[in-house]
Amino acid sequence: MAASFDYFEHVADIGVTGIGDTLAEAFVGGAQGLFNVMVDIDQVDDIRCIDITCSAFDIQELYIEWLNTLLAEADINEMVFCRFDIDQLTENTLHGHAFGETIDAIKHHVKTEVKGATYSVLSIEKVNDKFVVKCVVDV
Amino acid sequence: MNLERLKKISDNVWEIPKSGDMLVNGKIFGSEELVLEMDDKVYEQTSNVACLPGIQKFAAVMPDAHWGYGFPIGGVAAFDPEDGGVVSVGGVGFDVNCGVRSLTTNLTLNEVKPKLSTLVDVLFDMVPAGLGSRGEIALAGSKIRDVLTDGAPWIVEQGYGIKEDLTFIEEGGVIAGADPDTVSETAIKREKRQVGTLGSGNHYLEVQYVDQIYNQSIAEKFGLSMNQIIISFHCGSRALGHQIGTDYLKTLASASRKYDLPIRERELVCAPIHSPEGEKYFSAVNCATNYAFANRQVIAHLARKGVNKVFPDADIKTLYDVGHNTCKVERHKLNGRTKTLYVHRKGATRAFGRQRDELPESYKDAGQPVLIGGSMGTASYILAGLEKEEGAFASVCHGAGRVMSRTKAKKLWQGEGIVKELGARGIIIKTHSMRGVAEEAPGSYKPIEKVIDVIDATGLAAKVVRVRPLGCIKG
Repeated sequence: MAASFDYFEHVADIGVTGIGDTLAEAFVGGAQGLFNVMVDIDQVDDIRCIDITCSAFDIQELYIEWLNTLLAEADINEMVFCRFDIDQLTENTLHGHAFGETIDAIKHHVKTEVKGATYSVLSIEKVNDKFVVKCVVDV
Repeated sequence: MNLERLKKISDNVWEIPKSGDMLVNGKIFGSEELVLEMDDKVYEQTSNVACLPGIQKFAAVMPDAHWGYGFPIGGVAAFDPEDGGVVSVGGVGFDVNCGVRSLTTNLTLNEVKPKLSTLVDVLFDMVPAGLGSRGEIALAGSKIRDVLTDGAPWIVEQGYGIKEDLTFIEEGGVIAGADPDTVSETAIKREKRQVGTLGSGNHYLEVQYVDQIYNQSIAEKFGLSMNQIIISFHCGSRALGHQIGTDYLKTLASASRKYDLPIRERELVCAPIHSPEGEKYFSAVNCATNYAFANRQVIAHLARKGVNKVFPDADIKTLYDVGHNTCKVERHKLNGRTKTLYVHRKGATRAFGRQRDELPESYKDAGQPVLIGGSMGTASYILAGLEKEEGAFASVCHGAGRVMSRTKAKKLWQGEGIVKELGARGIIIKTHSMRGVAEEAPGSYKPIEKVIDVIDATGLAAKVVRVRPLGCIKG
């Protein structure tokens, strides 16, 4: 199964769920969900690749760091991302790539800017053989 | 929220009695109806804040409160550095010094109505808004450092706005103790021509008119009159501020472990004010605060230019500019003694009373203007601060407060439908994202009147005027 994402209710902001057969896939699903809050990721072409490296105190902090690093790289490169891969994932470190293109408000159907991924409702679980990661993003 | 867990102090004031590790009580300002609507997480988060070292008097909650990140949104807490007090990322939030500026004009409703559509179009073209929008100012090289240390006065020197604007910004638009070296390279790189941009989400720029006056004498002191056109906008420190929040969440998480601080929720991470980590975080907050002041100063300049394109003789002045995601060093009276405290306001507006040194001369007999934005299409209020010792460290609410999730709002409403419905009521909405409009549907917020009535009834601030929207620009 490929990575997938879903959303859950939060009164002011948006809850994002990433799902996958592996933890890395679940992290990728969460990243897709994050960028789909901001644009229609189906409308984004994966023509540029950005290298992503993160480190953190523990796996939970690493997930938030992954999402926030993606937000920062998107801003710095004036891009939006639609596809992700993770080729190395430990308890404290991650290496992967984000693919996308220069942001185009019309082509990408811009929605809401995300200010940051937060520790609110943060969880990393295995549910029926699937890895499920959750957190609330501040918009 | 379950009222049985609270002690009722009066019709609009409730107490969360101190228990367990709480150092102080919680104090909720709200009518029975508003408190019942608040989620239980507000109770939990307020109790958690009350456990933080050095907290003074009580952990306060405003009537528009809802579940936040560590602190409730609508949370106020003051810490004494001499009593082991802390600074906390959760108490400021990601959008540091997000706030509201209101501009007065000498235009009236009747003058503007025939040209309203043109005016809103011009403002929409001139003020960059929405995801990925960029402003005209590239802060290359040392200029970014200048903005972080010198805030709005520096941006005025570059030709954006007039010196008189600065008198009517909190702190004159610049706060001392902002060392750009405490801001990460990533935060600076993310800035990318964002000064002078609104952003998205609940940020907006509105053309409004005064439709009710509650206090004629203070209204006159603020330069407000019936049917007068007001321009108000709500925005913050953009990606630079967001990155500072993100960076220091990590730094203070490690500091919380280092100093063995009692953190009950991950986003309540904090550091002693007098610690290297605490001092660095506070300095970075000051940098973002200055950036937000500069951001709103550029938008004020653009709005002024826009209004003058349509009404060349219009005289546009800054009424006031106030933040509601802040940490500020302020002097407050506690048990008859004046103390210097670090006041965190997360979704709460400063509301200084009369005679405060910090107020502009012309407002010293009126109190600080308090600018409270309503939801899209509904009224906003201008109040005057009425400081008193039993209040909440001179703080009030910051808006109406959401009652419905963005996901649910999008299921219930469509952006196009909202724009049409408000259009039928004479309110023009211009947006870069129809889905953003659906998320911000007026029905997804509490009725602002109920929130404002609590503030007025508890004497935290006095209603001065109500303004209604004519045009609204959303990101």
